[in-house]
Amino acid sequence: MTIVTGVTCPVCGTFCDDIELVVENNVIVDVKNACAMGAAKFLNYATHRNLKPLIRKNGELIETSLNEAVGKAAKILADANYPILYGWSCTSCEAIRVGLELAEEVGGVIDNTSTVCHGPSILSVQDVGIVSCTLGQIRHRADLIFYWASNPWSAHPRHIERYTMFTEGRFQKSTWKGYISRLGGVLSRKRLRRAANLVLRRDIPATPKIERHLPYTMFQKKRKMVVVDTRKTRTAEAADYFLQIEPNKDYELLQVFRMLIQNEELNVDKVAGVPIELLEEVADVMLDCKLGVFFFGLGLTMSEGKHRNIDTAISLTRDLNQRTKFLIMPMRGHYNVTGVNVVFTWQTGYPYAVDFSRGYPRYNPGETSVIDILSRGESDAGLSIASDPVAHFPREAVQNLVKNPLIAIDPEVTPTTLMADVVIPSSFMGIETEGTAYRMDHVPLPLKKVVEPPKTCLSDVEILQRILSQVRKLRRTSN
Amino acid sequence: MPKLKVILLTGRTIDQGKGKEYGKLSREYWESVTICFLDPKDLKVLEVKEDENIKVTTKSGSVVMKAVKSARSPHPKIAFIPYGPWASIIMNQKTHGTGMPSLKGISAEIEPAPKGKVLSLSELLNKHYKVKKS
Amino acid sequence: MDLAINNGKIVEKINENKAKVIDASGMIVMPGGVDIHCHIAGTDVNTGRLLRPEDHFRDVEAKTAVTRSGVGYSIPSTFTTGYRYSRMGYTTLMNPSMPPLEARHTHEELEDTPMVDKATYPLLGDWWFVLEHLRDGLIEECAAHVAWIMAATRGYAIKIVNPGGLEAWGFGSNVKSLDDTVPHFNITPREIIRGLCKVNKLLNLPHTIHVHTNNLGKPGNYVTAIETMKCVEDLAEENRPNIHITHCQFSAFKGSDWQTMSSGAEEIAKYVNHHNHVTLDMGQVIFTNTTTMTADGPFQYGLYQLSGNKWVNHDVETETSGGIVPFTYRRKSAVNATQWSIGLELALLIKNPWKIYLTTDHPNGGPFTSYPTIITWLMSQAARKKTINKIHKRARRNSLLTSIEREFSFYEIAIVTRAGQAKTLGLTQKGQLGVGADADVAIYNVNHKLVDPSKKYKKVRRAFKKAAYTIKGGEVVVKDGEIVKTVSGKTFWVDVKTSLPLEVNDDLKRKFREYWTVEYENYPLRKGFLHNPAPISIKAEV
Repeated sequence: MTIVTGVTCPVCGTFCDDIELVVENNVIVDVKNACAMGAAKFLNYATHRNLKPLIRKNGELIETSLNEAVGKAAKILADANYPILYGWSCTSCEAIRVGLELAEEVGGVIDNTSTVCHGPSILSVQDVGIVSCTLGQIRHRADLIFYWASNPWSAHPRHIERYTMFTEGRFQKSTWKGYISRLGGVLSRKRLRRAANLVLRRDIPATPKIERHLPYTMFQKKRKMVVVDTRKTRTAEAADYFLQIEPNKDYELLQVFRMLIQNEELNVDKVAGVPIELLEEVADVMLDCKLGVFFFGLGLTMSEGKHRNIDTAISLTRDLNQRTKFLIMPMRGHYNVTGVNVVFTWQTGYPYAVDFSRGYPRYNPGETSVIDILSRGESDAGLSIASDPVAHFPREAVQNLVKNPLIAIDPEVTPTTLMADVVIPSSFMGIETEGTAYRMDHVPLPLKKVVEPPKTCLSDVEILQRILSQVRKLRRTSN
Repeated sequence: MPKLKVILLTGRTIDQGKGKEYGKLSREYWESVTICFLDPKDLKVLEVKEDENIKVTTKSGSVVMKAVKSARSPHPKIAFIPYGPWASIIMNQKTHGTGMPSLKGISAEIEPAPKGKVLSLSELLNKHYKVKKS
Repeated sequence: MDLAINNGKIVEKINENKAKVIDASGMIVMPGGVDIHCHIAGTDVNTGRLLRPEDHFRDVEAKTAVTRSGVGYSIPSTFTTGYRYSRMGYTTLMNPSMPPLEARHTHEELEDTPMVDKATYPLLGDWWFVLEHLRDGLIEECAAHVAWIMAATRGYAIKIVNPGGLEAWGFGSNVKSLDDTVPHFNITPREIIRGLCKVNKLLNLPHTIHVHTNNLGKPGNYVTAIETMKCVEDLAEENRPNIHITHCQFSAFKGSDWQTMSSGAEEIAKYVNHHNHVTLDMGQVIFTNTTTMTADGPFQYGLYQLSGNKWVNHDVETETSGGIVPFTYRRKSAVNATQWSIGLELALLIKNPWKIYLTTDHPNGGPFTSYPTIITWLMSQAARKKTINKIHKRARRNSLLTSIEREFSFYEIAIVTRAGQAKTLGLTQKGQLGVGADADVAIYNVNHKLVDPSKKYKKVRRAFKKAAYTIKGGEVVVKDGEIVKTVSGKTFWVDVKTSLPLEVNDDLKRKFREYWTVEYENYPLRKGFLHNPAPISIKAEV
């Protein structure tokens, strides 16, 4: 039995690197420090895995040899006019580098999950820049934390305890105790209300939206958290201020904040469903802080306005820097989606949606991005790696993806592997293979190898290298 | 039958996050992504109780899901569906030139579906994506 | 005279019948170029690439049988960077700014930069351990920690940027002089520079401390530059350099505001001419659209406020900061034109070419592909005149260039573009073609006996733009300005052996969790991370 410490968790962008695993007979039997998702991954990853390469013959997926699967995959890519190579966010930087070489060799389009996630954030950065930092700066210095259109409780469970409210920094203390006592108050109020409803057989309204437990001045020295969301999520329950915003109205609210911090007066009662007095109070809090940060999520990238929402959020951050220190950071979803953008950029100059069909990298989201290519039915083959487009792309895009030859490289059985024509099983990155990945704040950390993979499951790097050399062979013989 | 116009949000939940690590074929995953969270008041308007089936329709398509009472209320006329193959059926693929499809803030209509069945993963893939290939 | 190469090294002689012969008669043979300060890898560089797709659209390189595709212009992608430097005959590059926490990133990018040997300098001037140890006067403990971080991040030299200012920028402020106190740390920039200078000496590092001064880019800052050089004067020994002021042009402004801004190059040159403990590099400005990127967060914020261009800021916990702002240097801007003049004045007024090197602080002053143009400005008064006649009137009136007649010889160019840089870096096997040196050779198609560089500067520029041959490690990699073979270079780093064991004790391990958000065991690069490491073993005095 061995205990492995300092394991990095290959799930979400929080990329915790303090996981401890207990390994016995090549099986992970216990996990410490991980959140529910991390624990689920480390203890259950092998439950639904692909162990053998598969090829579709007569409509059915049948087992085959690795050589045949690699050969078929290479032929599909080499023969295609405009193949798309998609995914990449759940594998290592080393694998991504080989993937870019492969995409360049076949003259295809290589795209990653940013295209349906924080792509708009990247577009905004390209327009206005971004004022950011590594997460330690927040932990040490931030006394005002915004979660805008982001719900770390569900998507980045340890974010708050590792980097923001519930952690100790050099210049700031944790607010854990304050939260516990407040939570106690909230829970007992809820219990009382439920009891009252049962007794009186009618609804007693919940506490009003504007919650103020103690006068603002009492929190002067402590960290404060503000949540802006369309629903009162669990994260919002822990917040000092919760602004319940109407859907698709983030742009207006952000612009209003930009006006309020410049001391402009507004002649309205509400903006986006939030009373103006509350907004004025929050604007004052923003100006009075020592260091504030906006963490924003997909609520900004996916709703109306898309990259213009983030453009405004970054501009608000920039404006605030005239008066105090303010930073902004997107909450990246997958553990290496930042790494994917980083590697793409250093090799091609562009972070996603890179088109190699003319022999050099071209970039034009809306034209060279995968959803658009699929919507227009322009691609004639596809490779999916470390991702599940069949589960997560809109239906029409998926229909155009599966009607052409599709290769899937994945350790697990997923809707994509079920619909693919060639399935090549790979080893689990960060558990069975080592590599490098980048946290949401651009800090690169090592992925560890903790157990041995099955012999039939090679690493993504090896599989891609084999396909690449086979493609080159095919090209040489055809020339 | 009563119908309700809502704004649809898709997103992550901790159960969906755990479920996908158990595996996309697992029961836990299926249970975490075939549900639609509604404000209790909206459930009353639809005359639907928790755990009964509803049909969610958008411009892009429709899908039958299980209704769940939201613990995050009040959020009237806002429905929340976790990411997954079921949500993908009704998402809007138009990117408006940005590359990003609209996955939040979509207009949708909800109605009770007492006779409807929530499909299994393979039934869903068969219905929407089955392609005859050699 | 003939040059013999075998197994990647210059040798005494070889069997000519079995050798490949290159006839370089009528051409100039120099050691491969060495660039002491070019931002080519790491977080700031890469975010700059991401920030500027418009910079890439206009400058693309298609894939060939030998080369990978890529894009330019001011921040080329990694493959393109390596190829373009190699086409100009450069073979060794130094990436000057590496946030230690993000060392993996810098090294991954360097490994994807082909054709050249490389190294990188970790940013240590605002590292909390440095600030605390120097504040408490613990020079030897500081040295032991610096040795540890050099090894952990595979660094080559101590880089200091706006010492104290980056820590102040953590809360949005800055330091204004060498004797300002850094908030929360009770130490001054002067103490940081002096302390690290002593540490550098104790560790016997091959290069000196590499300093980007406080008050960079502010009118009147030439005073800070001279004070910075003065503050370690007494620590120098045997007339050997103990400080390198980088991109000195940006620190050589006279005047009290932008209206009165003028050149302080003369004063700085005077100081450097009389002192032997300093080396500088130019940081020459080119009139073009480029991208500024430095670890000097507050300076970059100031540049954003001046220009209104898009702005990236990236603070790194416990260590440093950074910023990126696209910028255009215009002939008709009095300030930019004065900056252009300052860089050249520094090079021409400093008498000893071993003390000042040709750089643009790529890409801050301009892309490295403009080096051949700068060479012509150094070699030809006529070339300088042509440009001076197009710049802003006030800058032209005040520029000393109109009265400077000095013109560099090819020999002096060789010093400022390779030999001097290698010497100050302590890379003894680079920058020279003696027996035992690395076989990195650049052959330029210009005959110094027939061509007068003062008059025929266009020919000179063309020759330096496309090397007739570039030889890397004994292999011909470039012929007539085209890549004929790709090679990967080595990554140099200093493996310092202290007499105290390098294992950091439990105290540091415990402090790790307090100071950083990563685990102690995940911070250093693991063995085998670099594919082509070239550690330089050094024994320290501690």
